[in-house]
Amino acid sequence: MKRRDFLKSVSGLAAGAVLPAALHVISPAKADARSETLLIVSEGGPNNLDIHGVGTNVPGYEVSWNCYDRLISHEMKSGPGGVPYYDRDKFKGELADDMKIDDMSVTFKLKKNAKFHDGTQVTAKDVKWSLDRAVSVGGFPTFQMSAGSLTKPEQFVVVDDYTVRVDFLKKDRLTIPDLAVIVPCVVNSELVKKNANEKDPWGLEYTKQQTAGSGAYKVTKWTAGTEVVMERNEEWVGGPLPKIKRVIWRMVPQAGNRRALLERGDADISYELPFKDFQEMKANGKLNVVSLPFSNGIQYIGMNVTKPPFDNVKVRQAMAYAMPYQKIMDAVLFGLGNPMFGASADKATEVAWPQPHKFATDMEKAKALLSEAGYANGFETTISFDLNFAGVNEPLCVLVQESLAQLGIKTTINKVPGANWRTELNKKEMPLFTNVFSGWLDYPEYFFYWCYHGNNSVFNTMSYKSAEMDKLIDGARTAAAIGDKSAYDADVKGFVDLAFAEVPRIPLYQPFVNVAMQKNISGYQYWFHRRLDYRAMAKG
Amino acid sequence: MLTMIGKRLMFAIPSLIGVVIVTFLLTRALPGDPAAYFAGPAATKEAVEQIRKKLGFDKPLIEQFFRYAGDLAHGDFGNSLTTGQPVATEIRNRLPASAELTLLGLIVSIAIAIPLGVLAATRPGSWIDHLCRVTTTAGVSLPVFFTGLVLVYVFYFQLGWSPAPLGRLDVFYSAPPTITGFYLIDTLVARDVEAFRSALSQLILPATTLAIFSLAPIARMTRASMLAVLASEFVRTARASGLSPSTVIVTYAFRNAMLPVITTLSMVFSFLLGANVLVEKVFAWPGIGSYAVEALISSDFAPVQGFVLTMAVMYVLLNLVIDILYGVIDPRVRLEG
Repeated sequence: MKRRDFLKSVSGLAAGAVLPAALHVISPAKADARSETLLIVSEGGPNNLDIHGVGTNVPGYEVSWNCYDRLISHEMKSGPGGVPYYDRDKFKGELADDMKIDDMSVTFKLKKNAKFHDGTQVTAKDVKWSLDRAVSVGGFPTFQMSAGSLTKPEQFVVVDDYTVRVDFLKKDRLTIPDLAVIVPCVVNSELVKKNANEKDPWGLEYTKQQTAGSGAYKVTKWTAGTEVVMERNEEWVGGPLPKIKRVIWRMVPQAGNRRALLERGDADISYELPFKDFQEMKANGKLNVVSLPFSNGIQYIGMNVTKPPFDNVKVRQAMAYAMPYQKIMDAVLFGLGNPMFGASADKATEVAWPQPHKFATDMEKAKALLSEAGYANGFETTISFDLNFAGVNEPLCVLVQESLAQLGIKTTINKVPGANWRTELNKKEMPLFTNVFSGWLDYPEYFFYWCYHGNNSVFNTMSYKSAEMDKLIDGARTAAAIGDKSAYDADVKGFVDLAFAEVPRIPLYQPFVNVAMQKNISGYQYWFHRRLDYRAMAKG
Repeated sequence: MLTMIGKRLMFAIPSLIGVVIVTFLLTRALPGDPAAYFAGPAATKEAVEQIRKKLGFDKPLIEQFFRYAGDLAHGDFGNSLTTGQPVATEIRNRLPASAELTLLGLIVSIAIAIPLGVLAATRPGSWIDHLCRVTTTAGVSLPVFFTGLVLVYVFYFQLGWSPAPLGRLDVFYSAPPTITGFYLIDTLVARDVEAFRSALSQLILPATTLAIFSLAPIARMTRASMLAVLASEFVRTARASGLSPSTVIVTYAFRNAMLPVITTLSMVFSFLLGANVLVEKVFAWPGIGSYAVEALISSDFAPVQGFVLTMAVMYVLLNLVIDILYGVIDPRVRLEG
């Protein structure tokens, strides 16, 4: 370019550039497309469309749930506030027509008209291949299958083209429920095998990018981190044909913008907003806000019981009396949670989980217990939390810090980045921390097995070990498997009482899952995985 | 000139190698265990180990590095774990979104700041000088995400003039076939006027946000540089010779005042790319900045390395372009210098 030409063009630019901000354009509303489309906005999106993949994140589970079928699923019942809630104890066929449970096996008859998205028939060998895949790929899916004592490919037997039998390794009450979670989904085995190779025998690279199932929806476009577009599968036989034809799921990182989109009526449904926003939206009544408790979930304060001062049960009890329970409910959650504290002294222990304990904020008792334990002047400690959930965790820890200061306990707050949180939990070195645990399978012994058992899983974050506790938990699991109700009830009450007496962790509240949607959206259902089920939803 | 460009590019190679090594080590030195993160909430220790093995993080650091360098040589930036896509594809898809936004922001900013700076310099102490001072101070003191949120609140939420802040296009339009990756150009090539309007209206608020932020350095530099030039002897001579004020200012003074402004522009462009990260978050813009931040939060090495490397290459090219521009604007500046 010549010097003079360049100069001319630059001067021209400077002098003649028109400010485009002055003109604004409103795009015409595309009313037809909108009425059959559900527009979801959320913070994060899937990183993998297949739940069997390596490191599939939670939004990925939502895609799997809606785009793949399982042999069985749960019936619905009426939950809190009349919202449909999955029924833990009642199953219905999804790909299976019929389920017959024998002593040491269960047999499924498949629906003969079930087809994958590419039109091939769903047969017993697809089911076997998919279940084999779930127990073989390793990582989370294999782990989840093992929670129901499903660990070996030999357990899945093809009887004929439309009949599959699952053999039990041992009696386990969780085997059937574990076949209704997201993981044991049925994959189009021929299609995936065609796209597999030696390095990747289960075709995980292929299913990461596209859905190969028989579910009610199929992914037609996925731009990671931006949007997922799903279209209805017109041939779906797993249930009544869904009313929503198209689902557009957009990632909007800014919570304020998600709320603006909802209030302006541009987005249909959103979750993962700050509690304060949900509270305000509930109050102004322009939108439907559904708040339901996490099934089998609790936010708690954990203490490392292997090291002083928390190895002393008196100190732990003092901590349980020093928690600012009600302040947390009001100032952190804006009331959107179920209190898990302050049960009346004469309340009998129930055969249920979660249930409130009998501690309540009582600084006098806390002081007395502390001096009994020899810490009349307090001590220094560190409270850690996961920054991924800083919206709740940070104010919660500040309130705890303030409260403990009254006892002379000096607490430093340690913010752990989300990527690091698992590692820190696994090390089991943090003295004091807050965390949430919630189990997909809604059984007390399942929760206790992960959180209190002496086999010291990641979720026994306190490193709590007690022979008596293990005996009660194992006893309840065995009793449940053989259906001995009185032994089961006694064991469950036993471990709940023990957990509250020794308080290695202090339950604070049962968190709520909050979903905000337009008034014309109906059919929201609560599922154990807490993600959306588009199949029951309708618009208008 | 071509040999000069070649020489400059040669000098860039050691810095790029340095960038590769440093980003590799830095990402490894970050706290956090990606294997534990991606094993999911309910993983056992064995599950975490399995994932670590799959991702190759169980190998010694030096072996990981050589494998990474080898892949880079083949143009393979690795795979992102959070989005599940190859990093090279993601960057290729996302870079135009960021570039379109940044360039438009810069153009808007230049269109306002340069005339403002020139006017302020020709009438120092007048109302326009004060206006220039107030606007630029205000613009630079407001954090971009704040300006962005205020603009969304006013123009989308309250007034409803602007479309929903949902990225580059209205949800119900489909993207034009990719030619340049710039929607404003691609929609016009595809003769899709509606999509063009949609793309433009989606761009206005984020571009304005960036423009407000970058007004200050450009306007101030233009003003200062113009003041210096206007006080110089050749301008006095030009005036004394009876040339019209517009000729004096535009042809003689402005041209000579451009050099420092161009330098500032290159700096502004680089920090706009940084400021982009926040603007992209606010406007759900599928750009490269939000991608890198997401990756960093989840200890996802490959995209962070890819992002830093891309940025390094862009800076090298940008500096080269600026150096060439110097020569074009002012023949006294030689590339050898």
